Amino acid sequence: MNSLLLAPAIMAAIGLFFGAVLAIAQRFLKVDEDPRIEATNDMLPGTNCGACGQPGCLPFAEKLVAGEVEPGECTVSTDEGIEQIAEFLQVDAGRQEKLVARLRCGGGGVQAHQIAEYRGFEGCRAAAVVSGGGKGCAWGCLGLGDCEVACTFDAIHMNANGLPQVDTEKCRACPDCVAACPRDLFELVPLKQNLYVQCNVPLAGEAATQLCSVACDACGKCVADAAPGLIRMEGNLPIIDYSAGGPARPEAVFRCATRSIVWLEKEQFQEQESRRAGANS
Amino acid sequence: MKTLSFLRRSFEHGVHPAHHKQQTEDLPIQRVPFGKDYIMPLGQHIGVPARPVVDVGERVQRGQLIAEPGGFVSTALHSPVTGTIRDIGDFRGVDGRFAPAIAIQADAFATQQADAGPALDWQSLSLEDFIEAVQMAGIVGMGGAAFPAHVKLSVPDGVRIRHLLINGAECEPYLTTDHRLMLERPQALLEGAEIMRQKLGAEETVIGVEMNKPDAIEVIKRHIRPDQPVRVVPLKVKYPQGAEKMMIKSVFGKEVPAGQLPRDVEVNVNNVGTIVAVADYFLRGMPLIERVVTVAGPGVTYPANLIVPLGTPVRDVVKFCGGLRPGTREIIMGGPMMGRPIASLDVPVLKGCSGVLVFTEQQTARRKEYPCISCGRCLEACPYFLNPSRLARLSKSRMFDEMKAYHVFDCVECGSCTFACPSNIPIVQLIRTAKDDLSHRKESDT
Repeated sequence: MNSLLLAPAIMAAIGLFFGAVLAIAQRFLKVDEDPRIEATNDMLPGTNCGACGQPGCLPFAEKLVAGEVEPGECTVSTDEGIEQIAEFLQVDAGRQEKLVARLRCGGGGVQAHQIAEYRGFEGCRAAAVVSGGGKGCAWGCLGLGDCEVACTFDAIHMNANGLPQVDTEKCRACPDCVAACPRDLFELVPLKQNLYVQCNVPLAGEAATQLCSVACDACGKCVADAAPGLIRMEGNLPIIDYSAGGPARPEAVFRCATRSIVWLEKEQFQEQESRRAGANS
Repeated sequence: MKTLSFLRRSFEHGVHPAHHKQQTEDLPIQRVPFGKDYIMPLGQHIGVPARPVVDVGERVQRGQLIAEPGGFVSTALHSPVTGTIRDIGDFRGVDGRFAPAIAIQADAFATQQADAGPALDWQSLSLEDFIEAVQMAGIVGMGGAAFPAHVKLSVPDGVRIRHLLINGAECEPYLTTDHRLMLERPQALLEGAEIMRQKLGAEETVIGVEMNKPDAIEVIKRHIRPDQPVRVVPLKVKYPQGAEKMMIKSVFGKEVPAGQLPRDVEVNVNNVGTIVAVADYFLRGMPLIERVVTVAGPGVTYPANLIVPLGTPVRDVVKFCGGLRPGTREIIMGGPMMGRPIASLDVPVLKGCSGVLVFTEQQTARRKEYPCISCGRCLEACPYFLNPSRLARLSKSRMFDEMKAYHVFDCVECGSCTFACPSNIPIVQLIRTAKDDLSHRKESDT
């Protein structure tokens, strides 16, 4: 009888002891967490995409409350969401320029010359590992849709020409596609900048145009036609300096013989698509 | 169990692909006549690309130095033909990317007689000078990886090499270059082996040959002089018997731990072709300017074993063999298990290219892929005891970082898992993709 009672008694004593330790610990070792972090985190989209440069939404919320970043740096939240956070934290929303992913290549199945047929395992990186897919161009889009799979926001879809079409409405400028592309063709550029170079071929003249009908042949006409300092040639490709040379105007693209520099009114490859549609009808 | 496996002369796991060697194994090695254009990529070995020492328009002799090593893990390049430097620029390489190369236009009617230098007095060379000479001869591992041979010879202090192992397994199907070399040049092989053995200070030379080449074993045994400490070891016919670590396991029963090198178990492994190249340089003054290539496969009209000057476009090699048969779908450089399909016929033959294999629709059609049924055949096939099934699943879900915990970087991409898979899952391709993604990210992070 005695031993029957002893066991529960010991257990109860141990329980009480640790309960007391926990109670004391709770009293003296308590960490004061700002309740605003939790609340801010709830207001963030919770996609953990990393577009803001933080590892996820919670660390971003911590930095927001600490005042180290501005709510506008979250590219995924809607404008109302950002307003709400700014209001809640009593800070300036810090409007950010909307960035979208643009593909530095315009050579789809129609434009780029095929030298072989890739029949291996589907995926850009798999093709890049083997012998660079079937296109003659060793720098352009492989067209097997690694970016389409990687996109968190369902903003990228391969079009009929085998190029990834970015939905600028849905694109939140997270760097998923930038990381996924084995040829490093995606870059995040301001949406309101219409001037864009859709080529990545570091060759000049015929060497480039032999590979693809929309390859930049480094003629330099766009540099001459644009505002001084806006475009410069580097490694046989025009580089647009969006921060200098004043507002870009479409003059720069008028004399481009290969249409490798384009004036984007909306999304990429619209012109190609409409021309295809015209040819079909 | 250990003694038993030693008796079987083999490693554990592996696969048994049909060897298809009958097409070329009885054909003597022939010379290819010179073509017009040659392209010598500066980075045809693993490591730092070579630095050109010639200018456009310069006249070069066959065997003349055209590029010097760009660093320690790098080798020299020599002109394969007498001619003129046409261009130094970017040309399409085997991997489809454009890389710096020297283009040489061969003189019409140039002779294949190499204007070779005098034989070197290798016995009086110090080890350092010997290693430098190997580097300046442009010698790399000729089995396929093209790892500079002199790097393997540079053993750190305190490490002793006791065995020189010569790899004559040639476990890849279709290839017969090492087989023909052993049959036709056993003297050169044994001379080269003796040079290497003495310079390394090794006790013995072991030549490992798969048992499907009894004639080669016989010929080498006949040429061994009684004073030479050379053994020929017949090995079980199994893929990948010619993988360095597998062969050490088969011959010596020792396992090279993951992340370590053969020298850590006192062995130095070299391919038959590498050893012959060493003999050619030190005894005949011929740097590495040509190599033996097997041209075979159902898509080629006249299969052959050829001595091809380096830098010859595949187009010329295939043309010499009677061209492609109708229905050709794929050309692979190297063996069918580990080689790379090429996207252009303008790609040149490089130091590490042991075969040009031409396949038709029948061999290359992709079979329908089924879901993994967890049968474990890939686990039984993997000679490195990895878990290919798990690696493939992780790669499919793009969980590349998790694959490191499953030792993805120990994979040598031998392809045994894909060969063994009854569901036709492209396991090795998935692993390659993951490895490429991981190393790509590592580069961009730094």
